[in-house]
Amino acid sequence: MTMNIDRDNSRFKQIVRGKIRQNLRKYVTHGEMFGRKGKDLISIPLPQLDVPHFRYGKNGSGGVGQGEGENGTPVASGGDQDGAGKQAGSDPGRHVLEVDISLEELAAILGDELELPRIQPKGQDTIVQEKTRYTSIRRTGPESLRHFKRTYMEAMRRQISNKTYSAADPRVVPIREDKRYRSWRTVQLPEANAAVIYLMDVSGSMTDDQKAIVRTEAFWIDTWLTSQYDGLAKRYIIHDAAAKAVDEETFYHTRESGGTRISSAYRVCAEMIAAEFPPADWNIYCFQFSDGDNWGEDNQQSLAILREKILPHVNLFCYGQVESPYGSGEYLRSLRNGIGDNEKLVLSEIENREAIYDSIKLFLGKGK
Amino acid sequence: MSMATYTPLPENLAAIQVQMEGYAKGHGLDFYPTVFEVIDHDQLNAIAAYGGFPTRYPHWRFGMEYEQLAKGYIYGLQKIYELVINNNPCYAYLMRSNELTDQKLVMAHVYGHCDFFKNNSWFSRTNRKMMDEMANHGNRIRAYMDRFGVDEVENFIDCCLSIEDLIDIYSPHIKRRDDPNKYEFKTPIEQDQQPEARGKFKAKGYMDEFVNPPERLAAEQQRLQQQHDQQRSFPERPERDVMLFILEHAPLKPWQADVLSIVRDESYYFAPQAQTKIMNEGWASYWHSTIMTQQGLEPNDVINYADHHAGTMASSRTGLNPYKLGIELYRDIEDRWNKGQYGAAWDDCDDMAKRRDWNDNANNGRDKIFEVRKIHNDLTFIDEFLTLDFCQRYKFFSFGYNTGSDAYEIESREFPAIKQRLLFQLTNRGQPLIAVRDGNYQNRGELLLEHHYSGVELKLSYANDTLANLYRLWNRPVHIESVMEEQKTLISFDGSEHQVQHF
Repeated sequence: MTMNIDRDNSRFKQIVRGKIRQNLRKYVTHGEMFGRKGKDLISIPLPQLDVPHFRYGKNGSGGVGQGEGENGTPVASGGDQDGAGKQAGSDPGRHVLEVDISLEELAAILGDELELPRIQPKGQDTIVQEKTRYTSIRRTGPESLRHFKRTYMEAMRRQISNKTYSAADPRVVPIREDKRYRSWRTVQLPEANAAVIYLMDVSGSMTDDQKAIVRTEAFWIDTWLTSQYDGLAKRYIIHDAAAKAVDEETFYHTRESGGTRISSAYRVCAEMIAAEFPPADWNIYCFQFSDGDNWGEDNQQSLAILREKILPHVNLFCYGQVESPYGSGEYLRSLRNGIGDNEKLVLSEIENREAIYDSIKLFLGKGK
Repeated sequence: MSMATYTPLPENLAAIQVQMEGYAKGHGLDFYPTVFEVIDHDQLNAIAAYGGFPTRYPHWRFGMEYEQLAKGYIYGLQKIYELVINNNPCYAYLMRSNELTDQKLVMAHVYGHCDFFKNNSWFSRTNRKMMDEMANHGNRIRAYMDRFGVDEVENFIDCCLSIEDLIDIYSPHIKRRDDPNKYEFKTPIEQDQQPEARGKFKAKGYMDEFVNPPERLAAEQQRLQQQHDQQRSFPERPERDVMLFILEHAPLKPWQADVLSIVRDESYYFAPQAQTKIMNEGWASYWHSTIMTQQGLEPNDVINYADHHAGTMASSRTGLNPYKLGIELYRDIEDRWNKGQYGAAWDDCDDMAKRRDWNDNANNGRDKIFEVRKIHNDLTFIDEFLTLDFCQRYKFFSFGYNTGSDAYEIESREFPAIKQRLLFQLTNRGQPLIAVRDGNYQNRGELLLEHHYSGVELKLSYANDTLANLYRLWNRPVHIESVMEEQKTLISFDGSEHQVQHF
């Protein structure tokens, strides 16, 4: 059967992509507009895509439901997308205000628009990852994994064999022995491997605004790198005068008051690479964000570690300097003067949200 | 772009079809010949996206629908078992991956729908050759796209779709106005005449007093004046078929008028399905359940059948499942009419014990539900047959939006309140009642719509966008009068900006 749906579907995608492309700069600068939906999907609000109709609003709306509850018991939130106020149970004219697209698609659009070259991964696919597959059935297990149909089939089989089943009155009641559960197996899958290490200055001079910029930028970097590799390991390092490896949550929410010693973070980073990510197998990316303040006597030491212990092992080292009312911004200068000619080093100044777009292009435009 | 090349059912399914059709006929179901086709999930999703018509005109929103259905299927969130098309012959699509038990059940279900399409009077005016008609629409629109450009035509379709639900759903069954009489011409003389000469018969001067007696003349002139005043309001009475009004009076190019009429035809074709969702699904479910449990089930089908049937009947707290509500109401009616629980004697009886044991063996339940499926739509069905007992048995409640807590909360378990909410949801297919009030608003050729306010406000953001699309059809400023925050409100769009005025 020939189908026109492919044409209409690609037309729809074309419109979506067109709209996203038009607004990409806005999306990039305000990454938080997205709703994350699980691991691989995000939803993007595209109101223009809708065919608008005259519709009822929330004020005065309601419906009829079924079940227990006193007067005043909430049955649904007032959020825009809920099912209340519609025709009984059916969903005519369901409205899509948000379009779901996969991160992969988004990365592709980002890549097209920023003209990002595809990355040639180095190393073999030697790293294996364990994945869970539900492939078999067991007699024991947690209730959440109960296999409904199999359980009833068992019960029926048992009832037929002991002659308690009657076709005229087909009542099937499972007992404990009838229960069957889904069971999983772990499988090993090889993956091309990349690690991204974020370093951030969390000393007092970095304000929340700056961190928000870092967060948005990191989202786009992750999106792009994820699209280029099968697996992406993420590590986070924060530092003031001392440095430590932390999880993502802590990374964005820690605020210290101490001074700034960038070398401490480099040291942790170098150790991390040595211990976890043998450079022969891994594609390593480092992104450092700072307001450019560093204790003067630390600069020499920082540059030395960077030059000798980090740069030789990584695909790319990106330094993004966010402008802060307190920072002096002089570290960028010393990097540029010290090792600015190293082609693995990318320097970018991010003055405000608007600059994120170009900064990403600068960072990822090398295709490494 | 050809229509599906028909592949006959595989042998085992063909045998089941014969069997099921026999059972259905045996119960008195009456349907057009039904053509089954087994197709893959992506084809089924595609056809569903097109509203059941593989040959429908191209438009991006079908692609969007498809995307949603396809994703829902891949993630295992939803699965369409079957699609039935109201047509003669009836077309029914089955999903290839359905288990055999499912196919049996689905076929029995399909025959319920086919019977409903053929016999329910709300479908009596639908085009039974819609498969051909849709293909025809598709060809016309494709031809326009070739001539005027895809974007141009598609954008215009977007505008038409914005008002696709502004039709007069009862008009196929009522004659609202006289057909224009092509032999009746307004005599220009009559319009040019001096007021005092209007309505006069020609007469020689000396006869005038007798041919045109002054009192008759005065009465006649008053009548003419009234008629004249009425004609000044345009349309004469509020026109619910906004699409028709636009079609007849907006400055559209011929191709645009044709596209609009296509969208309108399809709206009218689909309208009865929205009007009878509960009845139609309930009827089909009643029959799949009856046929399967009494005749169709083999012992090895029982578990699959029970699982599938229970899945279809599942209800949520915030929306009544039309399948469930429908089937239970039909069963309730059948039971009541079997026991004679109807009529004045039953209504007047207050003795609970007596009511519980009421049974005069009337046994006309089956006849009754066949009659019900013939004459009712969801609105009248609920109005007539939803009873206090029924509401209590199924623990119905009404809920409403509470601005303070920004949540929907249970409002009442009182029968009248529940029924009122339910009837409101079913009125005009759950959409606001809107009509054209004035096609020459403020004597400037602007369009004024009125929203018949009955307690629920319009959603302003949608209204604004809809007006913008309407403007592109009407080409002059457009307005809609409604009520917001208990004040009369006029929402306007003049081609560049929106305006909201409260009175």
